[in-house]
Parts: sequence; C-alpha cells; structure tokens
Amino acid sequence: MRCWADTARDMTDMPTISPDSAAADSWEVAGRRFTSRLIVGTGKYKDFEQNAAAVEASGAEIVTVAVRRVNISDPNQPVLMDYIDPKKITYLPNTAGCFTADDAIRTLRLAREAGGWDLVKLEVLGEARTLYPDMRETLKATEVLAKEGFKPMVYCVDDPIAAKQLEEAGAVAIMPLGAPIGSGLGIQNKVTIRLIVEGASVPVLVDAGVGTASEAAQAMELGCDGVLMNTAIAEAKDPIRMARAMKHAVLAGRDAYLAGRMQQRKYADPSSPLAGLI
Amino acid sequence: MSESISITVNGETRRSSATTVAGLVREIGLKPEKVAVEHNGEIAPRSTLEDVPLKEGDQLEIVHFVGGG
Repeated sequence: MRCWADTARDMTDMPTISPDSAAADSWEVAGRRFTSRLIVGTGKYKDFEQNAAAVEASGAEIVTVAVRRVNISDPNQPVLMDYIDPKKITYLPNTAGCFTADDAIRTLRLAREAGGWDLVKLEVLGEARTLYPDMRETLKATEVLAKEGFKPMVYCVDDPIAAKQLEEAGAVAIMPLGAPIGSGLGIQNKVTIRLIVEGASVPVLVDAGVGTASEAAQAMELGCDGVLMNTAIAEAKDPIRMARAMKHAVLAGRDAYLAGRMQQRKYADPSSPLAGLI
Repeated sequence: MSESISITVNGETRRSSATTVAGLVREIGLKPEKVAVEHNGEIAPRSTLEDVPLKEGDQLEIVHFVGGG
C-alpha cells in the first residue's frame, strides 16, 4: 500500500536502515561521501566568530563561500579561512553576484585556482530583485564547467525538465529553490520538488527560501538528499540555536522520509479500540 | 635602479616595482598561497606566479574567499 510520499523514490531504492544505524545514513556527491545533509552559507553573519559557531552547531560538513576581490588597501584583514578551516570543512565556492555564464565560469576558474577545489556551486542570476536563476545562462555555464572538469552543484528553478537538462549537461547535483534567496518563504511548490526528486539520478538539495526548521524537514520529507541555507540561520535572532534546530530538522525529515509516512485519510480512524467500551 | 610601472589591480591603477606577478602579490602584502590571480583576463596558475613577468599596463584581479550563501 503506497502513499504519496512513497512514490518520491521507488521503495526498493531506499536503503534499509536498522533502528540503531542512523549513523550509517550518508550521501554521495561527485564521488565524495558526506554524513551531514545540511549545507550552510557563510554570509550575513555578525562576525566570523558567530559564523564559525553556527557552522559548528549545524553539524554541516560543507559551507558555501563567495569569491571576491582582496582588499588591497587592507591586505591583512582577518579572513574566513582563519575561522573556518578549509582542511576540516569542505569549501564550496559559489558564483553569487554573477549574471552571465561567462562571469560564473571566470569566477569558478579563479576559485579553483585559489583553493584547488572542483566541487563548486553554480548560480547564474537573472535579476537582482528576485535573484531568480537565469536558466539559459545556467545551462550554458554547466556545460562549459563540466567539460573543464568541474563538478557543479547547480542552483536552479524547480522545473523537472530544466533539472533533467542540467543533469544531462553535467550537473553533479540539482539544487532547486524553495522560494527566492533570502526570502524565508519556505517551500512554495512541494509538487515540483517531489517531481524533481523522482526524476533525478544525482542528489537533489533544496537551495534557497528555507526560513525555519519545519521547512528544512519538509524538504527532506519530500525525498531531497539535503538542504542548503544561509539566511535562515544568519538572520535568526539566535543563529547558533537556529543552526542546531536545522541540524535536527534535517535529521528528523530524513528519518521520517525513510520511515515511510502513514497514508493520509479524508476522515478519522480511531487509535483506541472500539470494543470493550463501558 | 628600480623602475616602477603602472598597472591596474582590482580596478585601481597603481605603480609597482615588482617584476613578476608573485612579486606584486607580496608587494601588496598578500600571501600568494591564499589568493587567486587573473592576469590580463587569464588565470595565472599559482605555480607560475614567480615566472610570469609584470609589464606596464597589465590588468590583474586578485581574489580570495569571503563569506557568502
């Protein structure tokens, strides 16, 4: 008896998790294995200390970073790498602020040169107001990057066809937005996220729009392999606490998904026996 | 006799007496291993920075990682 959540991936695809092997759940992207399914950004924090503490509380093993010009007039400013060790945490360079494929490709070539990493996050934006992805430029950039040996995790619209095209072009992960970047509006279209999960052969992570813990759990219950977020943690009143909440939310959502949820009913079905009433 | 040349770094013109890109990076006060350099529109691999000559009018972008989403 299958319920709607079961169709997200064929039940036979799901790993058998025995009750005490929760630690065995892991995921793989571009041949790299990770335990944490939460990726966090490093922007908008009060300072590097708070940023580092939030990353620690979140349990994230991957953080996104931006590539920007060095401040020539103050070259000895403290840098992110002094607070979040790239040898312990995987740095995922992004292309935030890029509105063309050429800019994004150029940025990632520089990022690879600076850090030696080929696992990268590609985002090519269409406009500043909505920060919605420009899918035409995104697809172009994905093709070029894949040919140059990059492993792009690609920020995209929640369109199942576009997701497939990106995968065919060489995306190592599909990262549909739940709602606009920084909006905290949550997962606006559960149907399309589920369709993308069903059709993908690479990991799917909701990237953008998550605002609070239940929304992260929701993404995981839809069958996503992970969630990527920045503002939800950085702009919470207590970012460290929210980071912890998100860690639990992702774990809870993943367990709920693997547990196979109950079927929904239109009406009631009592939990207590009807026989033996006094 | 140390001549200085005029180059553009991160959009600003400046004078430099460095003769190689690595020399320029150090002259600015940066560590070559913490940055990436684009020299006249092309990535300058870190291993070549000591060998790439700096010339009058060169345009460079020097970047590093900062916080971002």
